[in-house]
Amino acid sequence: MNNVFVYCELEGTTVADVSLELLTKGRKLANQLNCQLEAIVAGSGLEGIEKQVMPFGVDKVHVFDAPGLFPYTSLPHASILINLFKEEKPQICLMGATVIGRDLGPRVSSALTSGLTADCTSLEIGSHEDKKAGITYENLLYQIRPAFGGNIVATIINPEHRPQMATVREGVMKKEVLDVNYQGEVVKHDVAKYVPETDYVVKVIDRHVEKAKHNLKGAPIVIAGGYGMGSKEGFDMLFELAKELHAEVGASRAAVDAGFCDHDRQIGQTGVTVRPKLYIACGISGQIQHIAGMQDAGIIISINNDENAPINTIADYVINGTVEEVIPKMIKYYKQNSK
Amino acid sequence: MSLKIIVLAKQVPDTRNVGKDAMKEDGTINRAALPAIFNPEDLNALEQALRLKDTYPGTTVTLLTMGPGRAAEIIREGLYRGADGGYLLTDRAFAGADTLATSYALATAIKKIGEYDIIIGGRQAIDGDTAQVGPQVAEKLGLTQITYAEEILNVDEATRRITVKRHIDGGVETVEGPLPIVITVNGSAAPCRPRNAKLVMKYKRALGAQEKAATTVDMPELYETRPYLNIQEWSVADVNGDLAQCGLSGSPTKVKAIQNIVFQAKESKTLTGSDKDVEDLIVELLANHTIG
Repeated sequence: MNNVFVYCELEGTTVADVSLELLTKGRKLANQLNCQLEAIVAGSGLEGIEKQVMPFGVDKVHVFDAPGLFPYTSLPHASILINLFKEEKPQICLMGATVIGRDLGPRVSSALTSGLTADCTSLEIGSHEDKKAGITYENLLYQIRPAFGGNIVATIINPEHRPQMATVREGVMKKEVLDVNYQGEVVKHDVAKYVPETDYVVKVIDRHVEKAKHNLKGAPIVIAGGYGMGSKEGFDMLFELAKELHAEVGASRAAVDAGFCDHDRQIGQTGVTVRPKLYIACGISGQIQHIAGMQDAGIIISINNDENAPINTIADYVINGTVEEVIPKMIKYYKQNSK
Repeated sequence: MSLKIIVLAKQVPDTRNVGKDAMKEDGTINRAALPAIFNPEDLNALEQALRLKDTYPGTTVTLLTMGPGRAAEIIREGLYRGADGGYLLTDRAFAGADTLATSYALATAIKKIGEYDIIIGGRQAIDGDTAQVGPQVAEKLGLTQITYAEEILNVDEATRRITVKRHIDGGVETVEGPLPIVITVNGSAAPCRPRNAKLVMKYKRALGAQEKAATTVDMPELYETRPYLNIQEWSVADVNGDLAQCGLSGSPTKVKAIQNIVFQAKESKTLTGSDKDVEDLIVELLANHTIG
């Protein structure tokens, strides 16, 4: 009762990175709240699955293993969470802000009348005083996210309703093994007790999952272009520099929306979160959703002809100039000096 | 086969053009201060609905939206593109709703409409980016859902099952589910057709009750001889809604704090684009092994 739960997403029988990141965060929240961390895994052929999650400090793994549970469909997984939560009454439930998490989370929150905050960029524990009602709530989950087109950052709370639910994008939290020998309990549930047969109504006829074309998330150097790149051709210059520096190319939402760059390279709250040692922002003004996806970079260089671009305030180096002028020079001087 | 389709659509503030007075003190959005547009992904959803109408004669497309009086614009935009009608849920009691209270309101209105095979909307709205309302409406109606749809491929009359291609993380999936169903459509789906000039002529005078009250209507008799020009407005009472589940009071999530972000300024070096400055920077980055 009253524990922190993480819904673990699976591709086949592999737990998704985003879930392991949330287990890491969940462990910290559980320590702060002096409660236990529990994980839910639902899929098919899950013998030994606990070995993947236990090292992140999981005290109890709830395993739901049945043929119809992979690939994911909405109703069976929703029934598992809804019925399990009615028994276990968690105080917090976290899941990835993935296609699955964003399909499942709202359904569960609606059934339990609990609040859900999508795409959080930070989770903290804190108190809240409702002055009107004269009540102070302790140990609430602060669900922090950019909102309203990224013009503000909002802290959302659910004072009265449990579980407090939040989704978080992949890469936002850090994945850290707590103890490779961490011992938790494994509970294998009778799936039929949680999922009525009528839930298996959606059939997956065909499914293609491709390995990612690039490693933007793990790249030590990221060169990102914004709307200021002007065109798809403008991005070619970035790919050229990236080739020299062994970097990956990313983009702001504005550049992706304008068709300059593929959607899967979008960095920010609604894209990938990156933590490279070097981040070169080219013609990016620095909307807060973008900042949310790259602010932990080691060194930030901003190339922009607008010296008041918001991104300049978090940059270590600001180059006042046009990308067309500066990037070729960077390539040239890198070639000259790197020998 | 004819289908009854309800399209969920939202009028949203254009978050690309936000001014200082955009937020109210209670942390909710001051919609009156912002330009309002048809939520982009709801247009993708409308297109999928209209395509079904093209394929299956006799199909009706009904828009459902919630908002202030001016949100009747959403219904008009739908009518201009081929929708058959629409309802505007509008009541002060709906104000300040989070996604759950919004879903409750929409679900009660859908029950009031009564007959439906497909309820379809955009994956998410640009003012919140939550993607929650679709699945929550589905849950409240006891229906299954297909989210992140790219294209509706087929509706089988005999089995009453629908086949949908949808986006998943790192790929695509084709799924088949039973009618009635809730579908949310991804922005990568086909764009919505433009307004039809004939339909614009037909519906340009269509108004909601609040809009009529706010202006002097020329030719008021038109609204009696052409009933399709009256955009239906529904209040909480009209849909038999429970006030406790509407608006702020029906919202489990509360906004604790709002912060207009001012980035913490780092000590930054400002350089020019000159050859010397760029070369010095590259040399420095090479020297400290950041690159190379």
